[in-house]
Amino acid sequence: MSVYQLQKFLYDLNRDSGVQTRYRSEPEGLLGEYELTEEERTALAAGDVGLIYVLGANGQLLMHFAAFLGLSWPAYLQAMRDGVTRHGPVRAGVYAMTTGVGEKVAGV
Amino acid sequence: MSLVFAGICSHAPGITGRANLADEALRAPFYDAYHRMREQLWATRPDALVIIAAEHFANFFMNNMPSFAIGMADQYSGPIEDPGWLSIARRSIPGNSTLSRELICEIMQTADIAFAEEWKFDHGIMVPLHFLTPNYDLPVVPVNINCQGPPLVPLHRAWVFGEAVRRAADRIPQRIAVIGTGGISHWPATPDSGKINEAWDRKFLERWTRNDREALLSYSDLDTYRDAGQGGFEIRTFISVAAAARGRGQLHHYAPIPIFAVGCTIATMEVAA
Repeated sequence: MSVYQLQKFLYDLNRDSGVQTRYRSEPEGLLGEYELTEEERTALAAGDVGLIYVLGANGQLLMHFAAFLGLSWPAYLQAMRDGVTRHGPVRAGVYAMTTGVGEKVAGV
Repeated sequence: MSLVFAGICSHAPGITGRANLADEALRAPFYDAYHRMREQLWATRPDALVIIAAEHFANFFMNNMPSFAIGMADQYSGPIEDPGWLSIARRSIPGNSTLSRELICEIMQTADIAFAEEWKFDHGIMVPLHFLTPNYDLPVVPVNINCQGPPLVPLHRAWVFGEAVRRAADRIPQRIAVIGTGGISHWPATPDSGKINEAWDRKFLERWTRNDREALLSYSDLDTYRDAGQGGFEIRTFISVAAAARGRGQLHHYAPIPIFAVGCTIATMEVAA
């Protein structure tokens, strides 16, 4: 229900180095400031790009979170595919996967 | 008449950020087309560059989302992304708050817009600037059309906005260039990244070069999402430029480059009376 809050966290983190520092030093306190479901909170705390993708986060927000976490471009794309394999189709938003899990359109 | 240049170009972050992963045979002609667009732009001796872009939550979010926003500052900064990820160094970019304000006040006569005295540029603006104003010596007026967080403004309002930009440019003595940046069909930031509907793109560009208002405004968001992905919502920026220029367009380059996640496009449009 709170994909908005999940996305708001990503928006704040992407544009504020202070939030980035807090994510690394005290993630629980930081995430506690957002009205997240348990699943969302767990996914964000773990940096689970695949689950965050399936939950319906806008891809433009998630892409930079993945880069912040240090994922290479191929690893980021694969993390989303793995998320769909584990958790099923994307549940909300406009960034659903339309290709097959094994289909690498750009070769990565 | 003080609109002196109109064009459209791709802005995908991979164009710079993943340049080393692209096939040189595909990349080089696209970069060359971008460089020729730079020469064409500068040959018109513009005083300022209005960039109608579609940003990706650098400044605007669903807590308070404007359909249209225009920058009104003397200085901007960017890229907001990690400079290493985008392969564009972070820097300040000149604006012109007085000029922005004049344009904004005129545009407000017929279009409902927001203005912003702070603006952090993301790849939607930084990638085009990297090619078109590599010395960052042309004042920029950034414009955003919300193409990310639905509900999105209808296409016919993007047309009206473009008309307002044109009228405003014509009212001031400065020489104004306008570009629209975005993608046509693409599925960025998904596992589908690299998927491109070339037939859809070419049909859209054919309509754009003919400046066929009715055909350009005939797309529904549902159709666009199905056929051109969520990235296709960015056609709004190209449509605004067509409304501003009023002329015939010329397609200089189009080629899908999957690792850049978009059909890489460079086109200009005659500024007609």
